[in-house]
Parts: sequence; C-alpha cells; structure tokens
Amino acid sequence: MPAQDFSLSPFIEIRVQAEAFKPGEELDRWCARSDGAGAIASFVGLVRDLNLGDQVSALHLEHYPGMTHQALNLIAAQASAKWSISAVGVIHRFGDLLPTEPIVMVMTSSAHRGDAFSACEFVMDYLKTQAPFWKREKTSSGTRWVEARESDMQAAARWEDKG
Amino acid sequence: MITVRYFASIREAVGKELEYFNYGEEFQTVSAVLDFCRAQSEQHGEALAITKAVRAALNQTLTSLEAQVADGDEIAFFPPVTGG
Repeated sequence: MPAQDFSLSPFIEIRVQAEAFKPGEELDRWCARSDGAGAIASFVGLVRDLNLGDQVSALHLEHYPGMTHQALNLIAAQASAKWSISAVGVIHRFGDLLPTEPIVMVMTSSAHRGDAFSACEFVMDYLKTQAPFWKREKTSSGTRWVEARESDMQAAARWEDKG
Repeated sequence: MITVRYFASIREAVGKELEYFNYGEEFQTVSAVLDFCRAQSEQHGEALAITKAVRAALNQTLTSLEAQVADGDEIAFFPPVTGG
C-alpha cells in the first residue's frame, strides 16, 4: 500500500464486507502507513452474546448495498470537515456473524489525540443512526429484529451543536 | 417509472423487496409515494402504518418525507437502522 499524502485531503477508506476481519491486523496496517499522523484512535464493535437478557446464538446483518458505502463515506467526510484529521477508515460487516466476532471498526488519524478521539466517536455515533444496516438476532426463542435505541439517537444528536 | 425498495422488518411484512410503479403526478413527494405504497395491499398498509417509525431514502441517500420525487428515482422505506 503506497504512503498517503495527508497534506492534500483526508484519506478515506470504507470497506463493507461479508468476510471476517482481524482488528489487530487492520490497526497494524493503519499505523504502518499513517506517516505524519502522531495519533490514531480506533474503535472495534463486537457482536453481543447477550441482548435484552437473552443469549444470542447468531446475528444476521442486512444492508442496502447501493447506499451503504456512500452513507459511510458521507459520515467520514463529515468527520473530516469537523476535525483536523488526516485519515478515516471504516470496516463494517454484513451477512451472518457469530457472537463476539468483530462487526465494525473505525480508525482515525490526526496530528493530536483530541481530534482523533472525537472524530472516531462521531463516526460511530452517526453510523449507528444513519448507515443502512439492520440486525436480526437468533435466540433460543427464535429470531427477532433488533430495535433502534433512543440512546443511540441522543448520542448522534449531541454532535449537532458542537464544532 | 420509479423503483421502491423495502428493507428488514418492512421488507418481510410487505412480502417483497422491490416494486416498480409507473411515474405519475401523484408521486410528487416521498410522502406521496409512501401513501401510495400503503394502499397497495393489507400487508403494505400494516408494514408502513403511520404509527410505525418508517425511514426513507431517495436515490440511496437518507431523505425527509417532504423531498421531491422525479421520474426514474429510487425510493426506499425501512425501519430505523441498527448497525454498528
């Protein structure tokens, strides 16, 4: 992977995939090419093995293929416009997943940690409320669609009045 | 012609993921398309009921229900997203 010139515009990498990924390898790769960035923040989301008191045995993640990539790209671009960051990466899986498997990973690079942390949190909060994914859980009593949480809406809304 | 897609619980309740409708004056806004879809069948009416939280996308971008619709557009209806 060639080095990115972060002085021009933020580098954005979006991957939407059925295949599993290894967060450690992704972070190593991200660090290896983040020349010029002194700070990298990352977040990894794992499939829950317990939700609403029930043991979850499998998760199916539906998405809107035509829209998903551009929705994530837009969120990454919004983060780049809000904070001084040189790179944003988002990996999100779809299809069939097992509990404790990584489902999402966000990585942000910046000269300083403050912007990297904030941008990483912003991308996750917006992804939760704006990227077209829908979870369907399998439990011992059958399958069910996961309901959106009010707390996720509030988490996304708090960025509205922040620079 | 316009394309209407359904996802997740709404797709299941409607019983199809995709429909095409000939474009007409009645499809001025996303809201008008939603009303039209609700009237297609009993399943449509229940899946897209006014009491349910239905989100919409116009040409693969999240949209408000007031957005204008043109011939050739793709509209999608789905429940609030739950990724991440």
